[in-house]
Amino acid sequence: MRLVFTEEQEELRRSVRRLLEKTSASRELRQVIDSDLGYDPEVWALMADQMGLQGLAIPEEFGGSGYGWMEQVAVLEEMGAVLLCSPYFASVILSATMLLSIDDPEARRDLLPGIAGGQSIATVAFTEDDGRWHDAPIRTTARPGDGVWCLDGHKTYVLDGMTANLILVVAATPGGASLFAVDARSPGLVRTPLETLDQTRRLARLELRGTPARLIGAEGAAKAALARTLDLACMAIAAEQVGGAQRCLDMSVEYAKTRVQFGQPIGTFQVIKHKCADMLLEVESARSAAYYAGWAAGEDPEALPAAASLAKAYCSRAYCHVAAENIQIHGGIGFTWEHDAHLYFKRAKASELLFGDAGEHRELLADRLGIESLRLGGGRIDA
Amino acid sequence: MGNSVHPDTDESAIVDAAIAKLLQAHPPARTETQELLGAVFDSGLAWIHFPVGIGGLGLSTVLHQYVYSSLTAAGVPDYISETPIGYGMAGPTIAEHGTEAQIAHHLRRIFTGEFVWCQLFSEPGAGSDLASLSTRAVPTGDGWLVNGQKVWTTLGHLAQYGLLVARTDPDALKHQGLTYFLLDMTLPGVEVRPLRQMSGDAEFNEVYLSDVLVPDSARIGGVGEGWGVAMTTLANERLVLGATTPRHGGAIDEALALWSAREDKTSAAARVLRDRLLDLWIRDDVAWLTGARAAQRRESGPGPEGSVSKIARSSINQQTYELCADLRGAASLIYSAAAALDGTAQPGYMFLRSRAQSIEGGSSEVLRDVVAHRVLGLPPSHRPDKGIPWNEVPRS
Ligand SMILES: Cc1cc2nc3c(=O)[nH]c(=O)nc-3n(C[C@H](O)[C@H](O)[C@H](O)COP(=O)(O)OP(=O)(O)OC[C@H]3O[C@@H](n4cnc5c(N)ncnc54)[C@H](O)[C@@H]3O)c2cc1C
Repeated sequence: MRLVFTEEQEELRRSVRRLLEKTSASRELRQVIDSDLGYDPEVWALMADQMGLQGLAIPEEFGGSGYGWMEQVAVLEEMGAVLLCSPYFASVILSATMLLSIDDPEARRDLLPGIAGGQSIATVAFTEDDGRWHDAPIRTTARPGDGVWCLDGHKTYVLDGMTANLILVVAATPGGASLFAVDARSPGLVRTPLETLDQTRRLARLELRGTPARLIGAEGAAKAALARTLDLACMAIAAEQVGGAQRCLDMSVEYAKTRVQFGQPIGTFQVIKHKCADMLLEVESARSAAYYAGWAAGEDPEALPAAASLAKAYCSRAYCHVAAENIQIHGGIGFTWEHDAHLYFKRAKASELLFGDAGEHRELLADRLGIESLRLGGGRIDA
Repeated sequence: MGNSVHPDTDESAIVDAAIAKLLQAHPPARTETQELLGAVFDSGLAWIHFPVGIGGLGLSTVLHQYVYSSLTAAGVPDYISETPIGYGMAGPTIAEHGTEAQIAHHLRRIFTGEFVWCQLFSEPGAGSDLASLSTRAVPTGDGWLVNGQKVWTTLGHLAQYGLLVARTDPDALKHQGLTYFLLDMTLPGVEVRPLRQMSGDAEFNEVYLSDVLVPDSARIGGVGEGWGVAMTTLANERLVLGATTPRHGGAIDEALALWSAREDKTSAAARVLRDRLLDLWIRDDVAWLTGARAAQRRESGPGPEGSVSKIARSSINQQTYELCADLRGAASLIYSAAAALDGTAQPGYMFLRSRAQSIEGGSSEVLRDVVAHRVLGLPPSHRPDKGIPWNEVPRS
């Protein structure tokens, strides 16, 4: 197993960091948060045209560049570090993975190149009002209509549901959970923005009333595809969590060196030092978990479900811990709306809740490996 | 296998070939222990990062754990657990600072376990603050006269040799007046008294040094340079000893076995235990992964993940052994300190023993300080002992 990056991967990381530092630093973040759109289309276009980020892990035959998951991990870490407000996660991680996990060559040819090139923004709508992510009952139904299918029901907590032009909806047919492509302009689709805890990630609720839709893959094929997509989404959000947690640690350490009380920098006080040391421990541990999941995604698909749950469980708690300590170390200023500390704190909590919290993933892990024989492969550390 | 760390050499191929050759020429099942371990040393697999000829292959440490687990799985005796101080501390210290004669005399014998070692660093007045130690070594003729008291000396009662740090210049700053010796424990004036620990057994000792005449040939490193040599000892302790626990082994393995053997897995109380088990299982595996990542990064210098792993590991082990006690339930009320003194294995021993893990080899508090200063660059705290000679520093 390899848990470190190659020089080329590090170079990719550095160029993403440069781009985001230039275009998506704290000031821009505030502007985007307050904007109607919720993301910056210019940055989105730069990401696509200059760096090909949307197509990074999409196979070349569908307009992407066919890189592996470790590259994706490096990119997501950088995005998490700046709390990038962008439909990247919904479009690239959720939607492209969903399409690649379902056997429908025609749909891939039709839909993936747009996602890879950034012309199309897609999302996956699967969660319903019960707020369950895994093996949830699906109440949204699909019935065959006049050459198209028609969807009825509702979906909620849909990532970037307002900005997406292509919505992949999971709905029930007699054949089971099935995937449907819905054009966002379709009649019978009502989208309502949700007011969210995390100001940096937008969610929407969708109502479907006889909305026309195109069936992707076979009826019943969405269950397995959704499970795989969720595994990769957990791996991916863990990478984001690592980036955000690292940034919280950096902010705390920087502040501890410069804020003076009792005639000395607060970082001189051992309690503050030890908090920072513990934050480093959490960040480095989270990093190990996320990189392992990233490695498994590419190299050990059998271990992925467990590795993804391991990473999601660990990184969720680590990020929440570090984001809370960051507020504490900043004192009063850390509690203000002005300061970015709360944006990280909210992102941390929301990221834990999305796709299942730490407790849920501990249980999933037990299910996936069997609690009596919890074992993960890959004991060999390669040179 | 990705090879970005070593674009030009394939360390794995070298190591695999050496292992195969060794096992073929000296089948563990049919080779006497000393001979087998000697052969491991001669094939360069003892410490793969040492130079060729003194037990190594001149490689990085990346495959250290791999070699250890491959050899022990093939039936080679557990050379790390059996001689932890010799293997983990004395070997690397002598390899780096020793004279040719010291290297030739000691390294192979350390590895084969012929010489047992102990570490004579801590004193009643000098624990975390090791550099404040007061055992004195005064030059006499062509040697040194050593007087003082050491404490918490693991294996002191069995050791032929000890890694000794003593003060040779009390007027110098405390880090500068120290000198390091490879002490022959059989010399007159060395007295070892057992110390009983909270687990009931006595793996460590007090060592009294009274007018011990130590030849200068036992000195390792320059006079007054003992602190630097001691740093080598401590840095290697963590690097080398970190390898012994396999993934999912040790405490968490015991906890899983106890869970599996349990009848009640569904009551409310059992659900709580189960969640603690899962949480610790994850933390244990993440700590293992961090160790693996540190090993892979070591090529480009130790990264921050190495410094934090001992803090994490000791706390995870303590909590996991406590969970084991809870999983055994009322049976954990029973414990025989007398049996522990006799060396009889019993459940509950590690629950007690693991309390030492956050103290020995650098307490978790001191390690957090180290991380805060060296890794995070936070400012040093006020130090009343800074910049004044050792003999003017207040001591308890
Ligand atoms: C099982 C066991 C085996 C050992 N084996 C050996 C051995 O073989 N050879 C050997 O030389 N030594 C050995 N030791 C000793 C070990 O290295 C010391 O116990 C350790 O360095 C701590 O020193 P101390 O016990 O004097 O505690 P102290 O240094 O007195 O510490 C007491 C408390 O104060 C805290 N503290 C100290 N300094 C600071 C600071 N700057 N900031 C914050 N908190 C601080 C510590 O964290 C601890 O909680 C062993 C110890 C144990 C428990």
